Amino acid sequence: MNPKRIGADFLVFSRGFVRNPVGLFFSLVFPIILIGLFGLIFSASSSTTVTVYTENLDHNSPLSVDFLSALNNSTYVHIQVVSPVTGQTFASWLAQQGDSVGMIVPAGFQANYTNQTPVNVTLYTDPSDASSGGIAQFVVTGVANSFNLASSHGSPIIGTTNQQVGSQVFKYIDYLVPGLIGFSILTSPMFALVEISSTYRKDHLFRQLSLTPLTKGEWLTAKILWYIVLTIISAAIMIAVGVFVFGADVGFTVGLLPFLVLGPFFFVSLGMLAGSVSRTPESAAVLGNIITFPMMFLSGTFFPVSSFPPGLQAVAHILPLYYVIDGMNQVMLFHNNTRALLDLGVILIGGVVVFVAAIAAFKWRDE
Amino acid sequence: MGDAIAVHGLTKQYGDLTAVNSIDFTVPEGKVFAFLGPNGAGKTTTVEILEGLRRRTSGDVKVLGLDPWTDGLELHRKIGVIPQDFRFFEKTTPREAIQYYATLFNVKVDASALLELVALGDKAHANFDVLSGGQKQKLGLALSLVASPTICFLDEPTTGLDPQARRGIWDVIRKLRREGRTVFLTTHYLEEAELLADQVAIINHGTIIAEGSPTQIIRDHGRPERLSVDGPPSLGEFLKKRLDRAVTVTEGHVEVQMRDKSDALVVLQAIESSGLPWTGFATVSDTLEDVFVGLVGKMDDGVLGGAPKP
Ligand SMILES: Nc1ncnc2c1ncn2[C@@H]1O[C@H](COP(=O)(O)OP(=O)(O)OP(=O)(O)O)[C@@H](O)[C@H]1O
Ligand SMILES: [Mg+2]
Repeated sequence: MNPKRIGADFLVFSRGFVRNPVGLFFSLVFPIILIGLFGLIFSASSSTTVTVYTENLDHNSPLSVDFLSALNNSTYVHIQVVSPVTGQTFASWLAQQGDSVGMIVPAGFQANYTNQTPVNVTLYTDPSDASSGGIAQFVVTGVANSFNLASSHGSPIIGTTNQQVGSQVFKYIDYLVPGLIGFSILTSPMFALVEISSTYRKDHLFRQLSLTPLTKGEWLTAKILWYIVLTIISAAIMIAVGVFVFGADVGFTVGLLPFLVLGPFFFVSLGMLAGSVSRTPESAAVLGNIITFPMMFLSGTFFPVSSFPPGLQAVAHILPLYYVIDGMNQVMLFHNNTRALLDLGVILIGGVVVFVAAIAAFKWRDE
Repeated sequence: MGDAIAVHGLTKQYGDLTAVNSIDFTVPEGKVFAFLGPNGAGKTTTVEILEGLRRRTSGDVKVLGLDPWTDGLELHRKIGVIPQDFRFFEKTTPREAIQYYATLFNVKVDASALLELVALGDKAHANFDVLSGGQKQKLGLALSLVASPTICFLDEPTTGLDPQARRGIWDVIRKLRREGRTVFLTTHYLEEAELLADQVAIINHGTIIAEGSPTQIIRDHGRPERLSVDGPPSLGEFLKKRLDRAVTVTEGHVEVQMRDKSDALVVLQAIESSGLPWTGFATVSDTLEDVFVGLVGKMDDGVLGGAPKP
């Protein structure tokens, strides 16, 4: 590996890339369009506050009112108090409303609380709207916990709720930003390298390069470096759009960088491998799609993997992109560095294997 | 001086097709070697084997003492190559391409001078995909020279070039020869080979059918010199009876084969004695092209206008 030769090849390749408007569009503008599109669609329908239709059967006792306003204060839910439903169950009434989250504060709520007798608040959620239900569940549990704590310690009732709840709940856009960064880490190198591997072969460009001291490893490394640069730029743009346009609660942390480096390392190599083991440009494209499409949707790109049914979650765990996106979620959202390091390890080992295989598989010269 | 290239019993098979059939030749150092043959004869196949781009089926090949296939990386630092269908990165300019090669080969090169040498100075900053076919070819030549190669392999470097540009390339080839480099050239322009080459080999259907310097090949395979005059067909008939020499008649044109230079006097005397009208005389000798067409036509007899082989 000679850095000067890698640099020279990087320069030629990046110039060619920048001079080709279509490639540039797909690499930089397309992710922005995606994040804009998904951000708009989903932040409009499941706006960040979830409306919770509430029957207060405790006749507006001071404690029940405090409890409901604590929930409101969390800003993640909006408590809409309704008069008790008659003639049908609360659940079926709720189903007729567009929104599907409801809650019943039982009679005797304050009395039981004061006596330290267990009392249950009932939460109604619709499994088909898992994210709203999840948010409501988080908030209600959090507030209830703090009320319980306050009761046993005899300290003031309201106050800590906001913080406790706020650090647990993430908005859709928070998941979307790392998801779409992962999406572009996957798609832009994969499609490009599959294409490059067939056009270079057709135009005899590999043969031309084989007549120079450039090695296959140096050539592939230059491609990886370029896609790392491109990934960092497009990740920065996507984070900026996510944060400033859609109010995503994510940061451009240093911990993100290893993923923006190892992700392209893995997928540039994988794209080259897929292109090289195929005999024709057509079969290369098909193989590229077979590899890319399941990963595009099942790795947590558009929806968190944790919201998948268990079977699909198992599938996600064998997809390399899952580890890239999960790792970015860990550093950007959950601040779980141990888990992130584990993900990095998987990508690094996989990347080395694919890189070596790609170099072995692609031929400079004809037999 | 040794041989830059030595080939013994080289054979290349593509499946059932034997593209090159046990050929032998050597190219002395510092000479221009022209490798000629009709389409599909096996020229590119041979060149690519010598360049280390293609694996041979069997035979012994040494280029600068190296095995081109196994010692490719070392060999490629010493040879310059224009492939027959040279292509490059579409969005790269000739100047950038030369700088790229210079870095890869770790050499210093005056890009402007090199571009002037191949008459591409005015397109130094145009992307490769907008260059004309001939301009692309010229860039190929420039790139092949970046690393000051000991041997230059030029596979049809002048195909598709205008007459001026072809002469430009000839000058470059002459310059390379003056600098002591070996040039391995393939071309379909026979006059080019005759003009430039020290050595020529003609290959057909994978077999070498003639080899030597152009004059040697013409002497060995060409017809003797002929005396030609313009005159009626009856003149031809008269000469056939009168002289014991081959006579050909074509549309008001008569050609008589001579035994040697002084034979011209005998032939002219016979023409004059016919009493028939005749004008303008000239001597005609075979060019390399005539020999080539004769040799290749003989093997593929019937291909050029005659009946197909049974
Ligand atoms: N990769 C290949 N696979 C199969 N056959 C091939 C391959 N390359 C060349 N051939 C065949 O080998 C023969 C020799 O081809 P080659 O390219 O060496 O000819 P050439 O003398 O360079 O012809 P031209 O003057 O047209 O360039 C041809 O019949 C051609 O069809
Ligand atoms: Mg050829």
